[in-house]
Amino acid sequence: MMWRLFALIFSLWAGLAAAQGPLRIEITEGVIEPLPFAVPDFEAENAAATQMAADLARVVSADLTGSGLFREIPASAFISTPASFAAPVQYADWKAINAQALITGAVAVNGSQVVVKFRLHDVFSDRELGDGLQFVGTTEAWRRMAHKVADAVYSRITGEAGYFDSRVVYVSETGPKDARRKRLAIMDYDGANVQYLTGSEAIVLAPRFSADGNRVLYTSYETGFPRIYVLDVGSVQRRVLESQDGTMSFAPRFAPGGRTVVYSLSQGSNTDIYTMDIASGASTRLTSSPAIETAPSYSPDGQQIVFESDRSGSQQLYVMPAGGGEARRISFGEGRYGTPVWSPRGDLIAFTKQSRGRFHIGVMRTDGSEERLLTASFLDEGPTWSPNGRVIMFTRETQGAGGRASLYSVDITGRNLRPVRTPDGGSDPSWGPLQK
Amino acid sequence: MYKATLLLIGALGVAACTNPASLGGTNALSGGGANAGAPVPGSAEDPTSVAFFQQAVGDRVLFEVDQSTLTATGQATLDGQAAWLSANPDYTAIIEGHADEQGTREYNLALGARRADAARSYLVSKGVAASRLRVVSYGKERPIEVCSDEACYAQNRRAVTVLAGGLTS
Repeated sequence: MMWRLFALIFSLWAGLAAAQGPLRIEITEGVIEPLPFAVPDFEAENAAATQMAADLARVVSADLTGSGLFREIPASAFISTPASFAAPVQYADWKAINAQALITGAVAVNGSQVVVKFRLHDVFSDRELGDGLQFVGTTEAWRRMAHKVADAVYSRITGEAGYFDSRVVYVSETGPKDARRKRLAIMDYDGANVQYLTGSEAIVLAPRFSADGNRVLYTSYETGFPRIYVLDVGSVQRRVLESQDGTMSFAPRFAPGGRTVVYSLSQGSNTDIYTMDIASGASTRLTSSPAIETAPSYSPDGQQIVFESDRSGSQQLYVMPAGGGEARRISFGEGRYGTPVWSPRGDLIAFTKQSRGRFHIGVMRTDGSEERLLTASFLDEGPTWSPNGRVIMFTRETQGAGGRASLYSVDITGRNLRPVRTPDGGSDPSWGPLQK
Repeated sequence: MYKATLLLIGALGVAACTNPASLGGTNALSGGGANAGAPVPGSAEDPTSVAFFQQAVGDRVLFEVDQSTLTATGQATLDGQAAWLSANPDYTAIIEGHADEQGTREYNLALGARRADAARSYLVSKGVAASRLRVVSYGKERPIEVCSDEACYAQNRRAVTVLAGGLTS
């Protein structure tokens, strides 16, 4: 009820409501009223699939409603439920409860193998939207199959790629503020299936996925000094990349091709941006001002790098060619700007802004125009993009002695702010690609 | 006078906290003997000890918001550190730079590096061999005070000289 009210309020100024025409959400038109859908429990094709038939439908529903673009019609409102996956759909029963989309599915479990089938129905057009699809996987990966169903639904209705079958690497945090323990963790985008990639003996910071999701760059103090490491997600093997004596290295990110790393190196009082060829270890210095230059991020075409610098006297955002050279400032608003991240679509740059004692996550176009702040709190920082460039995940830390860091997500219109549930505290998320 | 009082409190604090075994030990038993007045080696009364460096000399300097310029107080503390390091040549040190929580993670790492380097450069200018000093920045990762007020932030914006090596007794 609250949610409905909230959505209605937004639709007053945003205008668009999902019409009862073709089953379609135009995300680009901004804020919308969530599209009502129904997802009855999937049909269990054998006894072993009974529990999973219900669980799959719940995960599909959580994905879709969690996007803020869809609203589930509860089963208690259903007039009928499908007799079987194969039986014809009684569209009138779903029109009567205003379910614009109906998702039906079936699942069979044979030993460790799961087969999931689903169909998406455009209720008010009395037809299926797209073909039925079938996914085969292991019982362990059942949630991924639910995410794939939800991605297909999202994609068919919005016309854009989904982001549900994806993972996030982040820093798991435990302990009080003055004795915080940090370790790398990886999880499904929705906080499920957390696994730890390192211990908490040394501080670890800011993991960053490679574009293929197979490797992670991060900063660790395991030698006593901050150094950049690269970790293979599959084998959990890691190696140090940059260990020049008398320096500190941090803030690494992969170039789009995955063969180059851009990062910051502190030497004396100065911090500059460098790139390194991972195979050869050869590094190139890209900036040389005595200011702090850090938090570099490539454009998705690999041609440009956005970074932060205090060369003007305060932290601001700059864009330079990927090989270095003249940088142009793109942030001009009140306050300080940091941690810029180029969107995977190439159209926007997300950032952290500090202004008047508050922290914000915001987005701007790549030339700095059309700045919009999406959040505000005591401390929000470190945005990362969903693979489709529609959602941003970030760190929010509460204030005071009991201050705790946790992960949140918000869509790029500033709507649908929600916590991402993790077993402990969480910070520095990096959102990986849509899985194959 | 004020300084002397602080020192005394500091010394008592260390004796009570970190060296309880010495209570009623040698000093007490020896009464007015030859050792009277001689500091317990390694205690804060021993001017060659780490505890003395931390408490009597002062192991840290504090910074203004988003600044890495040494204050007059900070310079005075570092003058004492430089003199102590010159008198105790067996010690090396790692200077840790820290920031308060009001900043982004990467920027604070770089800011901590500036602060640590400001302290290191000053010590070198006062005659401490650069080869004895290393720097590390913890950014905002290791606050010592946990409140979210300026009172705590002021203590967290620091460069701490942590002694290593040296003759331990």
